[in-house]
Amino acid sequence: MRSLQDSLGQFDSRRVRLVAISVDPPEINLEHCRKQGYTYTFLSDTKSEAIRAYDLAHAGGGPGGADIGRPAEFLIDSTGTVRWVNLTDSILVRARPEQILEEVDGLGLAPARGE
Amino acid sequence: MKRRLNLSVWLGFLVVLAAAFTYVPVFSRFPATRDFPWANLLMFGAGLALIALGLRRAFREPELYRGKVAGSIVMGLGVALLAFFCFGLFYLGRQLPASSGAPRVGQKAPDFTLPDKDGSPVTLSKLLDVGASGADRVNGVLLVFYRGFW
Repeated sequence: MRSLQDSLGQFDSRRVRLVAISVDPPEINLEHCRKQGYTYTFLSDTKSEAIRAYDLAHAGGGPGGADIGRPAEFLIDSTGTVRWVNLTDSILVRARPEQILEEVDGLGLAPARGE
Repeated sequence: MKRRLNLSVWLGFLVVLAAAFTYVPVFSRFPATRDFPWANLLMFGAGLALIALGLRRAFREPELYRGKVAGSIVMGLGVALLAFFCFGLFYLGRQLPASSGAPRVGQKAPDFTLPDKDGSPVTLSKLLDVGASGADRVNGVLLVFYRGFW
């Protein structure tokens, strides 16, 4: 999450919005973003609605056996179509911003300014 | 003659403790040391080597160095910590659902409306819709699902 914040300018310049989603309630997200200085969008999926719609539910995967969402990234274009998916097989390994930006550029999702 | 404290054993134990307990608060914050925990594994290696050195000393020169019993216990603990560390990271960390029903490339992304950190509802399709034209044009949205529980 930190590395995404550090690369936020590069996502902004490509007009790609960052949206983070977890089961944490808004108050926790507010507090966390304030503490960590995160300025992109954090959404609360306390009932796992989106998490289930994307088939990412990890039943009992959280502390104390709580149901959570597994880590995953989806790049969605302006028509609402999925253009790139990353389903990691380890909670340690997340997509790196450089890799995602490369995908954005490779897909031609964000034409250079002025086009 | 009073036997010397076997420093190597205790120093090694400290290094092993550091190896076991610095991953989450420190090394998992940097992608280079998070994706593969080589920094912590190196520390485990160094710590266990120090304990082994101390143990050898204790058994070879028992009249000079203490630590035959304590050193053996510390070695056992160190190996157990390493096993626990590897189990957690390489086994538990990979126990993720297959998510075979997750949207694939080329499919429509399921729409949703969820509250942001201020409680205001945010809808995916509306975020993208801003998109069509104008200065606020959006080329895409990156959804980052994460485990939460912060």
